Amino acid sequence: MAASRKPKLAVWKFSSCDGCQLSLLDCEDELLEVAGAVEIAYFLEATRVEIKGPYDVSLVEGSITTPHDAARIRKIRDQSKMLVTIGACATAGGIQALKNFRDVDGFIKAVYAHPAYIDTLATSTAIQDHVAVDFELRGCPVNKHQLLEVLNATLNRRKPVIPAHSQCVECKMAGTVCVTVAHGTPCLGPVTQAGCGNLCPGFARGCYGCFGPKENPNTASLAKHMAELGVSSRDIAQAFRSFNANAEAFRKEGDAHDDR
Amino acid sequence: MTIAETASRTIKVDALARVEGEGALTVRVKDGVITDVKFRIFEPPRFFEALLKGRPYGDAPDITSRICGICPVAYIAGASQAMEDALGVDIGEGIRKLRRLMYCGEWVESHVLHAYLLHAPDFLGMEDALQIAKVHPELVERGLQLKKLGNRILEVIGGRAIHPVNTKVGGFYKSPRKAEVRELIEPLKRAVDESLATVKVFAGLEFPDYEHDYTFVALHHDEDYAIERGRLISNRGLDIPVAAFEEHFDEEHVRHSNALHGVMTDGSGPYMVGPLARYALNHAQLSPLARQAAYDAGLGPVERNPFKSIVVRAVETLYAFEEALKLAESYEELAVPAPPITPGAGRGHGCTEAPRGLCWHRYDLDGEGRITHARIVPPTAQNQKQIERDLWGVVQANLHLPDEQLKWRCEQAIRNYDPCISCATHFLTLTVERA
Repeated sequence: MAASRKPKLAVWKFSSCDGCQLSLLDCEDELLEVAGAVEIAYFLEATRVEIKGPYDVSLVEGSITTPHDAARIRKIRDQSKMLVTIGACATAGGIQALKNFRDVDGFIKAVYAHPAYIDTLATSTAIQDHVAVDFELRGCPVNKHQLLEVLNATLNRRKPVIPAHSQCVECKMAGTVCVTVAHGTPCLGPVTQAGCGNLCPGFARGCYGCFGPKENPNTASLAKHMAELGVSSRDIAQAFRSFNANAEAFRKEGDAHDDR
Repeated sequence: MTIAETASRTIKVDALARVEGEGALTVRVKDGVITDVKFRIFEPPRFFEALLKGRPYGDAPDITSRICGICPVAYIAGASQAMEDALGVDIGEGIRKLRRLMYCGEWVESHVLHAYLLHAPDFLGMEDALQIAKVHPELVERGLQLKKLGNRILEVIGGRAIHPVNTKVGGFYKSPRKAEVRELIEPLKRAVDESLATVKVFAGLEFPDYEHDYTFVALHHDEDYAIERGRLISNRGLDIPVAAFEEHFDEEHVRHSNALHGVMTDGSGPYMVGPLARYALNHAQLSPLARQAAYDAGLGPVERNPFKSIVVRAVETLYAFEEALKLAESYEELAVPAPPITPGAGRGHGCTEAPRGLCWHRYDLDGEGRITHARIVPPTAQNQKQIERDLWGVVQANLHLPDEQLKWRCEQAIRNYDPCISCATHFLTLTVERA
């Protein structure tokens, strides 16, 4: 790339709530600076400008739920030097991946007046299930400070500094009292990747896993502990089946418990 | 040959920019007569109502908040209310007011985002707010700072701006510290002034000449500008409790949209929810300052030009800041942040004014308090049919414009509604067959 040319940034949306790309617009203090450092080539939520690829960096929000989107992500990959997925939908399939555990045809017949109008895959899957991904940023939604770090690192061709350790480490560092030890509150913190900013335990609430599984999580041990706290098998299954239900470690642990 | 005489024209926007979610527009004109207008929603369905089946009642606020990253509090508040209704929970005034304060933060964040960053460019002939920032940096900077304060309210009370974590059925996990809420007071005072200035700026925009005699529907409460409580009223005499919604409103499933179209069951057709409807129906409940600002901006007590919705949003932003200031000043920490709840069977309804209009919920629970049935009617689905009707009118009035300008005007007309397409696309458990 010519030294004078600004890198081309594209922001793409698939099945999602828009919250992760909104995180970029929520960088109120940095937005204009970021916009000055890159050429925003495609960002439908913010601009009607559309500049053709190839793109230096593509940020991808959302999961793949239709045949059309499965084809679209491959084209975007072909056009992108670096492809970074942002948020639980893009990295794990999102909350809509709960349909992976059910009969989707049944849904459609049961609930739509005209099922033939609906074009949907049986599953909601992560972007990396379809194309190669250069970096995955977790969270439902992503942490905007982490988003800026990933963007900065990617533009400067270095590895983003995003810890892969557990939420427990964050609580210890922040001096937050353990909600499980102190109050017997079930918490997914031991198996969940840090990054939210130590939110739920700080509000006396158990972590609900919106940043997905940490590296090598011992979910079986946590599930056993939850059972000892009196959590039913069904509630254990459902605790793992939320915004990252289709992330492998959470999916397996959820499947290990009877959801009835 | 003028453009209007051209035998056949098609105005197409394949992927609409500066809206939340994926939508498209097609307008067909033949021999100067509009033959078809379709505002298409192709955001893939996400099946929320079906996914909720079997989940404990307490999961509904967190799960439904993921319908929309721009207005999660609307879903959190509506789902919580419905569960409190089903389980007979009285949250009391302190919790209600804290929820309202949080909701004011969302109104600000969403309205400012839309008015400054998404809608204003249409009026200024620019592609986006970044272009505005090159010419009027102070304007965009003001918008960003106001939005940031809206988000700050959400963070102080809810932990984070997008998908807050401190909320639950019944109230909150933890009462925010009084000192932190108090820290909002000085910035809020400044924001009241800044948002007053915003109303003036937007009042000076040039508005396309178009009016429609809308059926307006909104929540109404005698004591305040309705956000999180009230009865459903319209300018055609409707006055019902939220539980009676389904007797008066229906949704149709049409081929070109993954969202369902809202209609009134009395045959009067489409209706409008959102800022214009609230402003028309609850004008008397606005603060004196907001009412005066609206008057000075040239708005009557009822505004029927949808392009002026950007001014109404600015007036509502001003009101939301004033209201937030009042609530922050009187805030006392809650001794009990959420009353104890006994799970059980029941049916409950919830309805609040999301920034873009009415958002209605109904849930049925089994004996363990698990969801057996859910129905959510988001604002953009209700407005979709009215959006199409506006497009007919706007295109008809602007057939003389060349295609590019007509397309621009159509996009602007859609953005009048601040459509949240992510919200509108969902899966209903109601089936309506129509011959």
